[in-house]
Amino acid sequence: MTRYRRRQFANALTLGASVVVTALGIVILLSILTTLVTYGISALTPALFTEMTPPPGSAGGLLNAIVGSLLITGIAIAIGAPVGILAGTFLAEYGSGSRFTDITRFVSDILLSAPSILIGLFVFEVAVVTVGHFSAWAGALALAIIAVPVVLRTTEDMLRLVPNDLREAAAALGAPRWKVVVMICFRAVRAGIVTGVLLAFARISGETAPLLFTALNNQFWSTNLNAPMANLPVVIFQFAMSPYDDWRRLAWAGALLTTAAILGLSILARALLSTPKDTRS
Amino acid sequence: MTQELFETAGFLAGMANLVRSRDAAGPAGAARAAAPAAGVPAGENQEAEPLVPKLQIRNLNFYYGNTLALKSINMTFHDRRVTAIIGPSGCGKSTLLRTINRIYELYPDQRAEGEILMDGRNILARDVNLNHLRSRVGMVFQKPTPFPMTIFDNVAFGIQLYRKMRTAELNETVEAALTKAALWDEVKDKLRSSGFSLSGGQQQRLCIARAIALNPDVLLLDEPASALDPGSTEKIEQLIDELQADYTIAIVTHNLQQAARVSDFTALMHLGELVEFDDTTTMFTSPKEKRTEDYITGKYG
Repeated sequence: MTRYRRRQFANALTLGASVVVTALGIVILLSILTTLVTYGISALTPALFTEMTPPPGSAGGLLNAIVGSLLITGIAIAIGAPVGILAGTFLAEYGSGSRFTDITRFVSDILLSAPSILIGLFVFEVAVVTVGHFSAWAGALALAIIAVPVVLRTTEDMLRLVPNDLREAAAALGAPRWKVVVMICFRAVRAGIVTGVLLAFARISGETAPLLFTALNNQFWSTNLNAPMANLPVVIFQFAMSPYDDWRRLAWAGALLTTAAILGLSILARALLSTPKDTRS
Repeated sequence: MTQELFETAGFLAGMANLVRSRDAAGPAGAARAAAPAAGVPAGENQEAEPLVPKLQIRNLNFYYGNTLALKSINMTFHDRRVTAIIGPSGCGKSTLLRTINRIYELYPDQRAEGEILMDGRNILARDVNLNHLRSRVGMVFQKPTPFPMTIFDNVAFGIQLYRKMRTAELNETVEAALTKAALWDEVKDKLRSSGFSLSGGQQQRLCIARAIALNPDVLLLDEPASALDPGSTEKIEQLIDELQADYTIAIVTHNLQQAARVSDFTALMHLGELVEFDDTTTMFTSPKEKRTEDYITGKYG
């Protein structure tokens, strides 16, 4: 075999292997999605959005779980996003080069990849055991802790993309530093920061483990943040493990809803981020 | 050798023509020539006005970390005159400009030693209010830096840092600044669109409008036209000619012809030192230093 032939062969081999592996990945993903859609669609009924989670053997919906999830996730973002944005701003704008900054960034990166069940356990010890009961607050707190490093990282990365020229130009007009950050830098990367928050929202809306020990679950309608509250991930977990067919159908429907929501958020985030700079004002 | 001398002489003569033609045919030159005939009081005739020092730089040293970037600079910027700072890359001309509004203080490892007297007061002193200083010393950068907001807000941003105005007054102030920057006619119908929607040259004039909206005493221009096409460059140069009636202008430029065209005084820097500083005509026609002659005839740099 000539050297040229050998190269052609090696090329074909590598290319073939890449294609096969890529196809494998796509096939697995697609089969997950088709399973989800086929099982989920059949359970999608208006009752899903109007009735509470039922006891086994009777009809019902997921209304309390949907509302509970929205509440818990919303509160978690309301706590986590400002903390993440402020911390990210500090790292990018104020603390560059200091040891404190490096350590903060390192810890945040670890938190980013920490198993979420660990965060659930932590909040369980801090906010459930001490209070004596499960609560939506505890669930929101656990999710907020997961959201912080996501928002922090995106905020910092985005602010680092702001050219220094822009900061200098604003400072050269005599703008104090905080105004440079808030009125110039934030505005320049507004879409990026919002994207970070949306991604964090998507990330925590599917988290189950941290809610198992914190918000727990509630079969009934409840908006009391001091009590256990129904939420989609835990309902899915509980219902999917059950031997009852109608519960399992509801679990599929809930999974489809959650996936669709996350997909929608991701698409929105991408659309925001790809908005060309010159059309923003 | 003889040949070389001839070439040098020819080049210098060419430069001299350039400098002269600016006074004879440039818009400001024409205005000045016409002014006395029109019976304008002597006080408003620029050429007749005596030189008043606006900025006096004394024994200025500048450090990036431990690197000495400016070595004991002494020079004067005169009131309502254009001073060009020329020199090869890395000679410290931008650094010199950046000490005058103390923008270098954004970076903790940069520091200046010595004195810069503005109207007799040392602006490098500790007790100087930086924001106040920067409101009196405007700066325009090499790359146009519109803020991510509307054209109107780009100009209003600086004004609103210092004064709370009613809408009508703010509108007037913004219009005046844009007019002065020769941009009003081009943007008056789209004040609410993004600053990024303008062309590079328009963005740069927007930055100039933003700076003069604060009504500063001094304008620092750091290679304001080097990222622009020839047409935009010409507009900026005309603008400089018009603005010098009201402001003390310091312009850093890589372009020798530009320095000859727009400036009254020229400073040549090399390796952090001030090589020569004189009025532009003298600098370009009969420089005292061999290094100046070599630089402007293109032997180095």
